[in-house]
Amino acid sequence: MVPEAIAAFAEHAGRIGNASSLHDAGRSVRRVVEESRERIADRLGALPSEVVFTSGGTEANNLAIKGFAWAGRADGRNRLCVSAIEHHAVLDPVDWVLEHDGAEVATIRVDVAGRIDVEVLTREIAADPGSVALVSVMWANNEVGTVQPIAAVVAAAAEHGVRVHSDAVQAVGHLDVDFAQSGLDAMTVTAHKLGGPVGIGALLVRRELDPTPLLHGGGQERQVRSGTVPAPLIASFAAALDVAMTRREDLSGRLEAMRSRLQAGICALDPLAIVNGDPEPGPDHRLPHILHVAFPGCEAETLLLMLDAEGIACSAGSACAAGVPQASHVPLAMGLDAATARGSLRFSFGHTSRDADVDAVLAALPAAIERSRAASFLRTGR
Amino acid sequence: MKVIAAPARRRLIAALSGGVDSAVAAARAVDAGHDVTGVHLALSRNPRSYRSGARGCCSLEDSHDARRAADLLGIPFYVWDMSDEFADAVVDDFVSEYEAGRTPNPCLRCNESIKFAAVLDRALALGFDGVATGHYARLVEGPAGVEMHRAVDAGKDQSYVLGVLTKEQLERSLFPLGGSVKSDVRAEAAARGLSVAQKPDSHDICFIADGDNAGWLAEKLGRRAGAIVDEDGAILREHDGAYAFTIGQRRGLRLGIPADDGQPRYVLDIEPVSGMVTVGPRDHLEVDGLECIKPLWAGAVPSDPFECTVQLRAHGDEHRAVVNVVDGSVHVQLTDPAFGIAPGQACVIYDGTRVVGSATIDRTRRTAAVP
Repeated sequence: MVPEAIAAFAEHAGRIGNASSLHDAGRSVRRVVEESRERIADRLGALPSEVVFTSGGTEANNLAIKGFAWAGRADGRNRLCVSAIEHHAVLDPVDWVLEHDGAEVATIRVDVAGRIDVEVLTREIAADPGSVALVSVMWANNEVGTVQPIAAVVAAAAEHGVRVHSDAVQAVGHLDVDFAQSGLDAMTVTAHKLGGPVGIGALLVRRELDPTPLLHGGGQERQVRSGTVPAPLIASFAAALDVAMTRREDLSGRLEAMRSRLQAGICALDPLAIVNGDPEPGPDHRLPHILHVAFPGCEAETLLLMLDAEGIACSAGSACAAGVPQASHVPLAMGLDAATARGSLRFSFGHTSRDADVDAVLAALPAAIERSRAASFLRTGR
Repeated sequence: MKVIAAPARRRLIAALSGGVDSAVAAARAVDAGHDVTGVHLALSRNPRSYRSGARGCCSLEDSHDARRAADLLGIPFYVWDMSDEFADAVVDDFVSEYEAGRTPNPCLRCNESIKFAAVLDRALALGFDGVATGHYARLVEGPAGVEMHRAVDAGKDQSYVLGVLTKEQLERSLFPLGGSVKSDVRAEAAARGLSVAQKPDSHDICFIADGDNAGWLAEKLGRRAGAIVDEDGAILREHDGAYAFTIGQRRGLRLGIPADDGQPRYVLDIEPVSGMVTVGPRDHLEVDGLECIKPLWAGAVPSDPFECTVQLRAHGDEHRAVVNVVDGSVHVQLTDPAFGIAPGQACVIYDGTRVVGSATIDRTRRTAAVP
């Protein structure tokens, strides 16, 4: 967490009072919540009333998918259109309503760079616009960094009056994200990706829309998300967002420079390495802080093991509950074969990253790659 | 005889099963100054008992317990998916051995092919020096290099299921529990704050979750009708598969009518092709000689007959014997007879506490020959 966010949390963590109470203590907490809500809305180009606080990105995405799927049933909308590279926090609730509520799902393919095919989406919507409950396309992909053509997605949906949600968790703080300008109906943000605390996020929802709640109870957050409002987390979220937005352009430039140096270094030390995602830099192409590389012949899990031993933390696809590494659906959807997908690593940069970190990765990689290939060869013979 | 001094700091993989033994073994390896990385092996592909939905693989509880132990020890932790290797080398072998009328030992096969082969090879490729496990056996530096000896805790001794390891494998292995008794290991786990201190020992075959070996084999091999006969060839009843029987088995024969002499009857012989299972009295199980194949020797191949002791099944008794190696096959003359010895099991040969060699039992010689 950035110091400003820690300070904001600490300032309010000792405060007594429930923002829903009418007494003096409640009023003073409510003031913290509402002022924070206004700051967050202002930074994201939304109205304060459009900010629905949640426990984080996963809950916000669940609220968008299930909330609009359930709300749409009243007027016969039972179809969801989502990209093939969404986060599991979108794909899994989509699967859930598919299995439990008889919803239909159109999964929109992506190209080799990881960008959604808007023509396919347009055709899917046009086929039966009145049946679409929601289109959900992430603003930028969390694994390979590819920025999605949100304006084109919104235009395709708007022509038919179809609702659009975007998971902007990875984009906020790195790209120019403005809810009102985007034309989106709903958008997911979370604090911990911005240097804020874990456990707080929001779904921005246009004022006139009412997704069906996931949580029922006290009726907080315009009856959409019941539960006592966590004032210290919200104040901390607002502080982190302020910092992230203030330094966004400066930080993005610095991260893009480190990312490019790491990419060039990796390509020089391993001629087999393949950089995944959009090769073009720039805010319409890719996030500045994510580098996704396939090391053919390697297994990501052994690369991780050896880099971790050198104090380098990066990540691979996902793991099952018991911890067995699985190839991620994102590179697979981009057309990579399973072996290459399993040999891919994601390097992420943040506000604490330094040039020396890039040097450390480049120093550790040659031995890690060589040994990972040797270990992989033992198993596969190739 | 001195216990191997840890040659400075080694980079080791500690195989963490999620049980108490492997957790304490890893803790001791850390205390000894080694650079330890914890690895839990995902071995099973049994979808009903182990898999978690479509992404799944293995026992969630064991993997969780192993991870908790690694976190407590402050060591890195990874899950290695060895389910393909395990299915090929251990599960398929288990099925085909039973199908052939023999009695395999899957734990021994797993040590030979997975833990001290696939895992060790992978560890070495990744720059590690060896593998530490929670097995109960002692490695000792002898005049001709590393020797394996029985564990101090005779009841937990696992030198039998490790007897198939080569010297090269043993040189890369560490068994930190060999000098301890189980009760001390549990007490140590509790003192270290390991949450698995009171976790029950595992006894059953890990890939047969409910312990019903015969039912599991029946699912794999299907119904293969045959007869249970007495030593005169009289049919006592039909059965659904000879693979459900093991030589020396008494329980579960369900013969209905008692034997003429009223004594319990045992499986004496299994003929896999016809499916004929022969039963008879216990004394007809008595074996005084073995023919063993695929021997592995700790040192040079013995040229003259020698006196020793042999163990013929996991947790089985020791038998005095004279072993003679002829043309690569091993003749074992038992001084103390043995009962219910099944081909397919290992014969591990000891000199005192030291493992001299091992071989696979191919045929047994009955004191009273079965007709």
